[in-house]
Amino acid sequence: MIKLCAHIVSRGCAEGEALVTSQPLSFLGSVDPQTGIVIEKDHELAGKSIKDKVLVFPGGKGSTVGSYVIYQLKKNGAAPSAIINIKAEPIVAVGAIISDIPLVDRVENDPLRTIKTGDKVLVDAIVGCVEIYER
Amino acid sequence: MYLTPEEEKILKGERGATYQKAIEILAALGDIYDADRLIPIKSAQIAGVSYKTIGEAGLEWISDLKGKVAVPSILNPAGMDRGCWKEMGISRDFAAKQEKIILAYEALGVKAECSCTPYAIFDNLAGSGDHVAWSESSAISYANSVIGARTNREGGPGALSAALIGKTPNYGFHLDENRQPDVLVTVESKLHDSDYGALGYIVGAMVGDKVPFFKLRSIPSKDELKSLGAAMAASGAVALYHVSGATPEAGKYEMPVENITIEDWQIKEIYSKEKPDLIAFGCPHASVDELENLARLLNGKRVKKEVWVCTSRSIKDKYPLLIKRIERSGAKVFCDTCMVVSPASERFKCMMVNSGKAHKYVPNLCGSKSIMATTEDCIAEAVSD
Repeated sequence: MIKLCAHIVSRGCAEGEALVTSQPLSFLGSVDPQTGIVIEKDHELAGKSIKDKVLVFPGGKGSTVGSYVIYQLKKNGAAPSAIINIKAEPIVAVGAIISDIPLVDRVENDPLRTIKTGDKVLVDAIVGCVEIYER
Repeated sequence: MYLTPEEEKILKGERGATYQKAIEILAALGDIYDADRLIPIKSAQIAGVSYKTIGEAGLEWISDLKGKVAVPSILNPAGMDRGCWKEMGISRDFAAKQEKIILAYEALGVKAECSCTPYAIFDNLAGSGDHVAWSESSAISYANSVIGARTNREGGPGALSAALIGKTPNYGFHLDENRQPDVLVTVESKLHDSDYGALGYIVGAMVGDKVPFFKLRSIPSKDELKSLGAAMAASGAVALYHVSGATPEAGKYEMPVENITIEDWQIKEIYSKEKPDLIAFGCPHASVDELENLARLLNGKRVKKEVWVCTSRSIKDKYPLLIKRIERSGAKVFCDTCMVVSPASERFKCMMVNSGKAHKYVPNLCGSKSIMATTEDCIAEAVSD
């Protein structure tokens, strides 16, 4: 197990299987709010579901309505269990806070290198750390 | 970011879940942007009103909140005219959902004025040097540039959080150092009316989120500044600009080194002539002067195509005779909404506008083609066969 310090953006604690992408993600128009499947054709994660995953990506992009899409995912039971960003930006940060999804950023080691898709990851956004268990 | 003991208590939940979430959002935004503290605001203007934009998710979130705003707060345009939505072609289901959103905001103490020109409705929302939290992009630009107030480009939940707490994180355009112009824009031709929207359409795309400083050969009116700023906030992300001899902070800062020149042909190139099936005015919401101009141009004429004029409800209520003069031509005056945020415009194939902002948004948000023309050419098209 690897334990890394991180900066808390949205409080909470959750675990899940990691889904990692090096590309920014826009929630409006890129993720289906009903299913949690990434529908942006040219995205690395196209066709994959973010539901119940620990979603690891650099940060958000695009419309501020993306915050509400995250809330909608949560209400539909299709949201990620936790989020890790390189550097959080307002769209995803606000979306995570209003949806009670734990979100951390500024992890002490680059999470895109340290975490691999499929790893079991615990995001503790109460203490401010990430625990990585290889699958 | 530093929080006062009082703010820490709110963060711990002493005032309930709604205020706790609100201050959590403000603290997170403050952290992201390296703000030192929260500062008091004079007013808030909250985006995220149209059911077309925020959908079921937004409605649910707002309905779940319990509390009252701490400062005067008004809304962005909604997806329909609250009075004559049927006439706009809005479905009963959409109208019911839209009303629910507005009532949910009203329950929080937000005034149900749905307009992108809050400064034209209430003159005490923002004055020179006041800190505010506004979220409609053209209103932000107007507050910063024309009024000399200070606001960042707030998202809907950020602005609502600021309204509930009465404070916003101190960063970005609240600070002097970020209000310094980055790029000098020299315009060689004399501009009039919609030319300012065309100029904004061009410059916004070139400067992104920088602060432009304009040297013009004509002195723009407040309405012309409104059009310029609105277009730059749409084609780019401009939240503040200065115009030599016309905006309050223009003389305050050093001249930028980077410079661009805009020539007459570039402005003219934005205009085109084609047959539209909808001609729409009032993006941003038409002022009394702009309505007066439309009434004058339409005087004694009859429109042969669908013509919309969008304005705020308070202006429509305050000037019934002026509205009648426009409606006598067959043009429809809608308030609380506009051609960009209402789904009612989606049934048209080609929209003609005199607004650089609408010209940018119509193709993507309404799915119709957009043609930009001067106000006079729009009216000429409206009354021709």
